[in-house]
Amino acid sequence: MRILISLLQKEFLQIFRNKTLLPLIFVLPLVQLIVLVNAATMDMKNIRITVVDMNLSSTSRLLVSKLEASPFFEVGDMLINKQMGIDYLQDNKTDILLYMPQEMEQTLTKEGVVKVQIIADAIDASKAQLAFGYLTNIIQETHMQVMLEQQKLQNVKRISTNSSFWFNPDLNYKYYMLPGVLVILVTLIGLFLSALNLVREKEIGTAEQINVTPIKKYQFILGKLIPFLIIGLFELTLGLLAGKLIYGLPFSGSLLVLYSFASIYLIAVLGLGLLISTLSQTQQQVMMVSFFFMLIFILLSGAFTAVENMPELAQKLNVFNPVYYFMNAIRMILIKGAVFAELASEFRSISIYACISVTLAVLSYRKTN
Amino acid sequence: MIQFTNISKSFDEVKAVRNVSLSIDEGQLFGFIGPDGAGKTTLFRMLNSLLIADEGSIELFGLDPHKDYKKVRQIIGYMPGKFSLYYDLSIEENLNFFATVFGTTIEENYHLIEDIYKQIEPFKKRHAGKLSGGMKQKLALCCALIHKPKLLLLDEPTTGVDAVSRREFWDMLKSLKSKGITIVVSTPYMDEAGMCDSVALMQNGQIHAVESPKAIVDNFQKELLAVKCNDMYKALLTLRNYENCYNVYPFGEYLHYIDKRDSKPIEDINDCLLKHDLQEIEINPVKPDIEDCFIELTRKLSV
Repeated sequence: MRILISLLQKEFLQIFRNKTLLPLIFVLPLVQLIVLVNAATMDMKNIRITVVDMNLSSTSRLLVSKLEASPFFEVGDMLINKQMGIDYLQDNKTDILLYMPQEMEQTLTKEGVVKVQIIADAIDASKAQLAFGYLTNIIQETHMQVMLEQQKLQNVKRISTNSSFWFNPDLNYKYYMLPGVLVILVTLIGLFLSALNLVREKEIGTAEQINVTPIKKYQFILGKLIPFLIIGLFELTLGLLAGKLIYGLPFSGSLLVLYSFASIYLIAVLGLGLLISTLSQTQQQVMMVSFFFMLIFILLSGAFTAVENMPELAQKLNVFNPVYYFMNAIRMILIKGAVFAELASEFRSISIYACISVTLAVLSYRKTN
Repeated sequence: MIQFTNISKSFDEVKAVRNVSLSIDEGQLFGFIGPDGAGKTTLFRMLNSLLIADEGSIELFGLDPHKDYKKVRQIIGYMPGKFSLYYDLSIEENLNFFATVFGTTIEENYHLIEDIYKQIEPFKKRHAGKLSGGMKQKLALCCALIHKPKLLLLDEPTTGVDAVSRREFWDMLKSLKSKGITIVVSTPYMDEAGMCDSVALMQNGQIHAVESPKAIVDNFQKELLAVKCNDMYKALLTLRNYENCYNVYPFGEYLHYIDKRDSKPIEDINDCLLKHDLQEIEINPVKPDIEDCFIELTRKLSV
């Protein structure tokens, strides 16, 4: 026990004396939260739309006024020449083009059907689809309104929908993104710091000196694990506080459940980091290997894209992805208010993960060769 | 007593240590002398349980470093060739850390390190990374001694240390020896061999001789001449091509020359050098030192 305490003491002394690391530990979470949460938004706003109105009727004006009222669209120049609109698309002056032909209103009144054309810049496919969807909705709405005004729909039966959004009633994307960014942050700190720290001892040669002492393997690994566990939890706290203050992040669930999960998760990640560093010889190797795992873990975890949309193989791979479990758990706890029982399977998986990674780290740490 | 029996160790293709057998008595100051790459560090790492020998066995005060590594680590104080204490901890913190790790305290064994520690104590708050080479070395020695080891294992402790500090360091080792600690030290510097009770000359993973430095010098049979003149390089080339030359090599400001014949050939050599237009010639018989012996030994083996 005395040995472990002196190892921890040494580790903390070193961390607090590290003039590069310390500011990073404090500043990194804030910068990430402020920049990333806003940057990673999936909300579609301010889609630039150009309208080519050849009709100039009350119907076409109604449609344009609806577009102007919509938060999704930013109506740019009104053109009366289709080719000019296409040039706009070419020059990236607009994201989507709406073409309303001459005789639109007249055809609609006479035949009840009329064609308008939508051309979208589909370099960003999901953006184009969303814009298309929003635009079609607005056109439908306009159509309905025109029909009602013309009293042609008196006897039409309609299904009226009444929607309510649970757990995140304002559809605030930040509530979804923020926990995700927090998970990335905690993982980053845990994996890189622990992995780099151990291999540094190898590089400097202090590991050689430690190896001839009676320090036991598990003591050495614990001495590396505990400090970074504490730092990781500290980062989480800092992030949660910042989230609360800056974005008004809801804490629907119990913090006790969250911190228990975070602790087990950190042990799993730290174990993995230590395992990587026991198998590496230089900091460079550690960086490359950790980076490889980080990237895959984070992209697969559903931090930015829904796991359900991923190919089956990717979904299966998530069984081995600790980030996936934490990503699920933290969102469930914070936003949905999930209790322990609802997260039992995540708890079980991450605990198994932690046991395996720490055991492997202890076993693979070699004092002799 | 420390006993190596037929020890061999290879790294892939390189045979670092080949069939080494020797014994070191308790209480000795024992030196491994040899150039870089001779296998000294490998031998040390096998002795302190960090490496496992491919063949052969090691006995260390009745323990096997491989099987009884836990006990061995308690009784060995190891100072690696590269400074390997924590750069970002102070002198005091480093010492405290290693004392605790070995389950002891500074106070308990202060008498062992007192003489050395006093010299660095004024800087005890300074980080180890900011110490001078000599101070680093003293700190490392303190850390290796703090758990009162029976055997002190020093791997090239004086490499990169100035001449005065080196002498001081050897004085420290002698005083530690008088406290009953067995000391095994390796060094590439031949002149340090004389400080040891017994030395092993090592090259290419093999031990050539294990004797007291005096015995090694006494065993040197040949007549040794020190040669000096106005153009040393030309003299070296000339003597190398001289028909009766056995060996000639630069040695400080002189050339050391050994003749094939047993008689003292000072006149012959003088003539030979004069013939090649060399001037200010000075030739004197000298006593061999340990370096001459080492050169002679390696020559014998390579021929």
